Amino acid sequence: MKVKIKYFGMLSEVTNCEEETIDFSESHISELLEKLCIKYPNLRNKDFQVAQNQELVSFDTELSSNELVLLPPFSGG
Amino acid sequence: MDRYNRHIILSEIGQTGQDKLSKAKVLVVGAGGLGCPVLQYLAAAGVGTIGIIDFDIVEESNLQRQILFGTSSLGQNKADAAKSRLQDLNNTINIKAYAEMLTFQNAVDLFNQYDIIVDGTDNFETRYLINDACAITGKPLVFGAIYKFQGQVSVFNYENGPTYRCAFPNKPKKDDVPNCSEIGVLGVLPGIIGTLQANEVLKIILGIGSVLSGKLLCYDALSNQTTSLNVKKNDAEIQKVLLDKNNFKKQQFETFCKVNSEVSIKDILNKENVQFIDVRELYEQPKVEGVGIKQIPLSELENHLDKIRLYKEKAIFCQSGIRSKQAVSVLEQHNIFNCYSIKEGASEIIEFLNNSH
Repeated sequence: MKVKIKYFGMLSEVTNCEEETIDFSESHISELLEKLCIKYPNLRNKDFQVAQNQELVSFDTELSSNELVLLPPFSGG
Repeated sequence: MDRYNRHIILSEIGQTGQDKLSKAKVLVVGAGGLGCPVLQYLAAAGVGTIGIIDFDIVEESNLQRQILFGTSSLGQNKADAAKSRLQDLNNTINIKAYAEMLTFQNAVDLFNQYDIIVDGTDNFETRYLINDACAITGKPLVFGAIYKFQGQVSVFNYENGPTYRCAFPNKPKKDDVPNCSEIGVLGVLPGIIGTLQANEVLKIILGIGSVLSGKLLCYDALSNQTTSLNVKKNDAEIQKVLLDKNNFKKQQFETFCKVNSEVSIKDILNKENVQFIDVRELYEQPKVEGVGIKQIPLSELENHLDKIRLYKEKAIFCQSGIRSKQAVSVLEQHNIFNCYSIKEGASEIIEFLNNSH
């Protein structure tokens, strides 16, 4: 299936894009993240959470949406 | 009083609402980019008691966005400088300036004196400290954070709702995420995010509208896009903080991010999504057989980081529980987290596995 991934904050600097659509056959978010880390090795060093269907979910959640948001925590104030 | 007339003529606020504002006590942590607009609107709105805590001094590079200060404030403590500006804005309210750093030692006693806490800080150490002190004292936390052109807003710990740790359970390592002074920020962005925070404070006090609890609002100033993400309550994260509350005051910033990375086999066995790693040399006996046990000798670990599953918890064992601890620190040096050293050695693990079947 095709999954649209949005990158917030400094993650878009790692991926050089704010969103992209990738082809994906595995079933869990963690597997998709592993795949992204191969494409973007610097993603490994980043802290972020994943939102699916407008909800923050744990990485071992089954993929049930064709749109994900990867968002890092911000420290600035 | 004419000062609050435009509030009082709103049927949703009225004199009753204005009286609620005048009785409210709000503490703003950090009088910087976010703190300034929050403080400005709370003072103007007539919040009766406002606390400001900041140890920092006003520098020229702050003036691009920290709107309570002017050239005459340069070199002054931010809490003191903010207080003198706000007292001119509204001389009918009580403003307390704390020209000091928020610490594990002073946070709980300070928070206990206020109804609502606002996070306007610029580092993760203090953000997690504020979150935990809010959980311990039972105070709602109006959260805001910014990065370049983007911001996040939420209300945590509100009427039993989720906390910051429910959204971001893992505290990033120090300096992992740069702050505004290092990478720059659009001056108006903290103005927008801080004003959204002030709005949440007023709604909580007045009891009107719906409070941004259980949701993380993400805002992008360049595209004007807002994304609202639901945050589920994570009771385990909250309980960890509450169970350890007697040790809270004993903590120091430096040790704050250290977690206990030693576990017992009986605790890890019930968990799902775990990768077991045997860091003994290949010839060592007895062999631990099982699905999903990866064998990577400690001496080879750094050459085989690609075999470590990033998004699983890593349970590492060896002959006696010593090399597995070393393995955890090796992995952490490579920014691989969620690693645990099993304190039992291989023979005890086998014994435990046999007995549990």
